[in-house]
Amino acid sequence: MPSPAYHAPDTIEQAVALLAGDAAARPLSGGTDLIVQMRSGRTAPSALVDLKRIAGMKGIRALSGGGFAIGAATPCTALKDDKALAAAWPGVVEAANLIGSVQVRNRATMAGNLCNASPAADSVPALVAAGAICLVAGRNGTREVPVEDIPAGPGKTSLQPGEFVAEIRLPAQKGSDAYLRSIPRTEMDIAVVGAGVSLVVDASGTCTAARVSIGAVAPTVLLVKDAGAALVGSKLDEAALDRMAEAVRAACKPIADKRGTVEYRTAMAGVLAKRVVKIALERAGVSA
Amino acid sequence: MSKLLVSTSVNGDPQQFLCDPDTTLLDALREEMGLTGSKEGCGSGDCGACTVVLDGEMVCSCLVLAPEAEGRQIATIEGVAEGSQLHPVQRKFLEHGALQCGFCTPGFIMASKALLDRNPNPSETEVRYWLAGNLCRCTGYDKIVRAVMDAAAELRQDRRTAA
Repeated sequence: MPSPAYHAPDTIEQAVALLAGDAAARPLSGGTDLIVQMRSGRTAPSALVDLKRIAGMKGIRALSGGGFAIGAATPCTALKDDKALAAAWPGVVEAANLIGSVQVRNRATMAGNLCNASPAADSVPALVAAGAICLVAGRNGTREVPVEDIPAGPGKTSLQPGEFVAEIRLPAQKGSDAYLRSIPRTEMDIAVVGAGVSLVVDASGTCTAARVSIGAVAPTVLLVKDAGAALVGSKLDEAALDRMAEAVRAACKPIADKRGTVEYRTAMAGVLAKRVVKIALERAGVSA
Repeated sequence: MSKLLVSTSVNGDPQQFLCDPDTTLLDALREEMGLTGSKEGCGSGDCGACTVVLDGEMVCSCLVLAPEAEGRQIATIEGVAEGSQLHPVQRKFLEHGALQCGFCTPGFIMASKALLDRNPNPSETEVRYWLAGNLCRCTGYDKIVRAVMDAAAELRQDRRTAA
């Protein structure tokens, strides 16, 4: 197999030109999925376009209005080191820091986790629940795409030739968030089921907004709108949580494999969704 | 495809080498620079035997492409001891018998040192989570964890004495 070309452009425009001019070129950030896939022969890109030398691609900016812009090549451990981000979006930061080992998280990025398009990607349900938006760079400049619209199936994205995710934007935190996954080990494993939530509770304890997402139970991470709707307007009592869990289970279309059966994954999705709501409530200062 | 010239710094010394674009940093260290302390266990980022510190952060060198190291600072196991003076983490691994075949040891030393460099007083749980990316098939980990905890205690003592 011929060795691919390696490019380390300085600008987004150069990176877009390199990717647009070669359909078999791939963007490289942390490489923790891409290099493994290259070495196992699962993918053989003609060129690698390293995004890490582009200004702004590594790092976190606080946005006016309270949100955050996370450069696509920002490693997961850097999210944890940003105290303001970790305080505002603990679910997102924890989810990204469940991936692999410290060595892996020092390289792996959320944008890579998203564009690798594994149904079991840990950071993706948390980003979907948070309502995160991708800034996608391409030949016609940049466009904004909700995170949930990037994965198109296992290993496939909706990105067009030449496009890559340049930045992930989190909105201002108005409530709280949480993410949990189920794994048979305690570390270094892939989610059998994952669930994320982001919710807002008013002073009377009534839920005014909720987004619920699930991972590893369908070809892509899912935003379960019915599950969020089941919480909105409630006091997040057991009856509301039961309706939410029912909507989550109804959305599941999992595969059965050595890590979990269809029945187990479906049942656990409901269980984890309830648990993340309770964690998010605690974080919001409301006891469930 | 022509070879790329990469200029980098390894254990404080400038290094230049030629490589194919998809050569891993691990292979460049071992084959081009003759630094064979870092090992390849799995080649997929699971075992940590190839752990090096790249610009201050520990990474699996099997999952870094050598051209990415252009202009970067790399620290490897070869730079941990000062001459014949072992680093306390190395000495404690010997004292506690925290190795048998030794293949994983360079990675464990690099990861343990990286932990103690940023957290001089880790709990046992913190040590175990930090080292989750380093696999050892001989020891069962217990002696490794004891060695790291003991090295941490000694380093804290040294710091107090120096202060």
